[in-house]
Amino acid sequence: MTIEIRNLSRQFGAFTALNNINLKVRPGELLALLGPSGSGKTTLLRVIAGLETADSGQVLFNQEDSTDKHIRDRHVGFVFQHYALFRNMTIFDNVAFGLRVRPGKQRPGNREIHQRVTELLQLVQLDWLADRYPHQLSGGQRQRIALARALAVEPGVLLLDEPFGALDAKVRKELRAWLRKLHDDMHMTSIFVTHDQEEALEVADRIVVMNRGCIEQIGTPDEVYEKPANPFVYEFLGHVNLFHGRVHQGHAWIGDLEVDAPEYPEAEDLNAIAYVRPHDIEVNRTLNGEPALAARIVHILAIGPIVRLELAGQDNQSADNIYAEISKARFRELRLAKGDQVFIKPRRLDLFPGDRHLALS
Amino acid sequence: MTAIPLSQTSPAPHKVVTQESPQVRRILILLALSFLSLFLLLPLVAVFFEALRKGWEVYFVAITEPDALAAIRLTLIAAAIAIPLNLLFGIAAAWTIAKFEFRGKSILTSLIDLPFSVSPVVAGLIYVLIFGLQGWAGPWLREHDLSVIFAVPGIVLATIFVTVPFIARELIPLMQAQGSEEEEAAIILGASGWQTLWYVTLPNIKWGLLYGTILCNARAMGEFGAVSVVSGHIRGLTNTLSLHVEILYNEYNFVAAFAVASLLALLALVTLALKTLVEAKVAQQASRGNHS
Amino acid sequence: MSNHKYHSGKHHSGKRHSVLPGFNLALGFTLLYLSLIVLIPLSAAFIHTAQLTWPEFWNTVTAPRVVASYRLTFGASLAAATVNAWFGLLVAWVLVRYPFPGKRLVDALIDLPFALPTSVAGITLTAIYAGNGWLGQYLEPLGIRVAFTPAGVFVALTFIGLPFVVRTVQPVLEDIEKELEEAAAMLGATRWQTFRYIIFPAVLPALTTGFALAFARAIGEYGSVIFIAGNIPMVSEITPLLIITKLEQYDYAGATAIAVVMLVISFILLLIINLLQWQVRRRSTKA
Repeated sequence: MTIEIRNLSRQFGAFTALNNINLKVRPGELLALLGPSGSGKTTLLRVIAGLETADSGQVLFNQEDSTDKHIRDRHVGFVFQHYALFRNMTIFDNVAFGLRVRPGKQRPGNREIHQRVTELLQLVQLDWLADRYPHQLSGGQRQRIALARALAVEPGVLLLDEPFGALDAKVRKELRAWLRKLHDDMHMTSIFVTHDQEEALEVADRIVVMNRGCIEQIGTPDEVYEKPANPFVYEFLGHVNLFHGRVHQGHAWIGDLEVDAPEYPEAEDLNAIAYVRPHDIEVNRTLNGEPALAARIVHILAIGPIVRLELAGQDNQSADNIYAEISKARFRELRLAKGDQVFIKPRRLDLFPGDRHLALS
Repeated sequence: MTAIPLSQTSPAPHKVVTQESPQVRRILILLALSFLSLFLLLPLVAVFFEALRKGWEVYFVAITEPDALAAIRLTLIAAAIAIPLNLLFGIAAAWTIAKFEFRGKSILTSLIDLPFSVSPVVAGLIYVLIFGLQGWAGPWLREHDLSVIFAVPGIVLATIFVTVPFIARELIPLMQAQGSEEEEAAIILGASGWQTLWYVTLPNIKWGLLYGTILCNARAMGEFGAVSVVSGHIRGLTNTLSLHVEILYNEYNFVAAFAVASLLALLALVTLALKTLVEAKVAQQASRGNHS
Repeated sequence: MSNHKYHSGKHHSGKRHSVLPGFNLALGFTLLYLSLIVLIPLSAAFIHTAQLTWPEFWNTVTAPRVVASYRLTFGASLAAATVNAWFGLLVAWVLVRYPFPGKRLVDALIDLPFALPTSVAGITLTAIYAGNGWLGQYLEPLGIRVAFTPAGVFVALTFIGLPFVVRTVQPVLEDIEKELEEAAAMLGATRWQTFRYIIFPAVLPALTTGFALAFARAIGEYGSVIFIAGNIPMVSEITPLLIITKLEQYDYAGATAIAVVMLVISFILLLIINLLQWQVRRRSTKA
């Protein structure tokens, strides 16, 4: 099923939850709506589901306008953040609910319901819990039951609101991989909401980055991580270092460091910010004849294969401390210790002209 | 110092700084229990003692004479009509207030509590003003040979008035605590509104419903002031148990009055027992919604 | 983090556009029922009073016998609510803080005045405090007459108002964080200072609410009072009884005029109580 959203807006009093949203969801893809709290991602999901109505704009399922369609006729599967399992029913009855409430003719027989529910419980690997009640289950188990219940009515699209939000870190990781695999097996158009960039990058086919009711960028995990469209996306996805500098006629300066900036051939002595990912920072003991920035090691975190260095810049080009990630091998090679002076050079950076605050808003 | 009870909930070191000395504790407990004994226990004991002052035989005669039985019957009828109506009202009001946002919601919530702050006597009086001989509907009622005041319908109306808030005010906070997600889930899964109410909402609030009903019943069966105004005190016809107590007492038939009163006191004790049992279940239902 | 998100999400997803059905039906039924049972009958009292001219109304509600009944009703209610405020606080404190045998039973019994029909309470209290009664026989020789005097009214009103303060203060006391008191103790406060400056201010709004509820209930009370009061005009006659007396004399206008005064006072009290409860809620959400 395809979903298309056209010019969707939604206002809550003075608060703009959705501001002219346009989005196409491809059939069979797993799409993440990613953004901070209050960015409108949950509202967008609820409007798609029909739980919320928009002030203006359209929602189309398979090119058919469904904006005014009742929620019952949209055939969406919805997994609530807090699962919303029916606490007075067993797990079996929870999953069977959607089949049992169908009007007379469409309602499957008892044997069929039993078979279907058992299949679904097997799919989520929890058939042994059929007679339990929701409060007897762990968070991860409830999550999977909520999914099975949503799938029972054979929806055309699956919507998940912060599906792993209420779980602890370990269960969250396990379920992520499990959901990805389940989606690969079923290939149902799915949209999930998350505020966790790692989750979105790991699970989704495409990511929609949202902020203040607007879409900042749509792209594959690789695209949004490697080519952020703007400073907001840069800062929201992964760790990033920020340097203040200037651009002038196709070149940029950060302190003494000069880099090519072919995107800005016309720029005349503009303020600019450079974004550099920690793993794109090259660390050297000496200058090697090339321009670089001097920094002092403030802290070393050397757990696992990657070593994280916290550096204090000595040229005041960065207001905050700089974070660099190097391999353990490189770390041993350089024999770094706290307090040492090093020279750093970005392997890759992205420039955005203007001040940080301007760029972000 | 052997009097340290078993039911101490927090570990002993915790108690040291945030607890009074044993003497102070003992004095405060003694003071509280004396006050409660004087105002609660003594009257409770007195009812049963006075009722049985002349032995069981007199007691049974007093509660089985025809007028007493008629009073029991009328009390049951009034409660049997008032409770289901207030149940319907409670569910409708709680559904409106807990599941939707709308203008004037807080005013509506206060209006539901209104009967609690109206004197029972005034509650009876307003029905007299409408249905009494000189009331708005009085002439019309007389033309059609119907009577509300000094008859059973008036008693039922007065009973409903004083018990309107009981069930609604139990259900509203309970349903607010549970939220609407389960209902939304049911609707998404294709359930109709009535199916959602029947299969999801009502099972979730069943203990709250029961709790409200217990309180509503106690008040319905025991109401005195409002019913007294509209009853006319016709023995065997418009006398509820509560009114029957008054009549017997005013006739100086004290033992019979206390015998009938002891029935009502028994009802109160059963009410308290049930209430205590159900209370825990209601709290459970409200809290399970928050962390599941 | 996730908790915070949940709440902010809830806030934005205003339920005005709820997908749940039945709003019109439920609201319609609620309003119809309230109107038929409560609002229209109550308005009858005000409309009926409008038949009186203003001087007539004023003379009725300020007649000496009526004023005496106000004085008794309000005085006794105030005294009873005050006693209930202090003892209610004590009882709530003991029930929340101290373990003692039979505590659950005592806790359950607190609500007896809610559950016991008022006529039963009335005749029982009379039997206890009458001159030859359980306690009366010991009090009378000391020159203390309770039954058939204003003191009897006070006793009855104390009985029926007893649960209010306990039940409003109890949950607030349960919610006070132990850490607050521990912090106070570590900063050198005595137990009394901790109570005076930490605990008491925290329960004060609830205590005031309980007091107001007990007071409001006492003003309208009828059943438990009339047996023990003696009902002597100008001395021990409460306002609700005066309404009934006028009604029995077919003085509908007089009865209604007094009822309107009581209704207005009840509404004002209800408003105050709502404001107090709103304040209690606001405090508890801030904490």
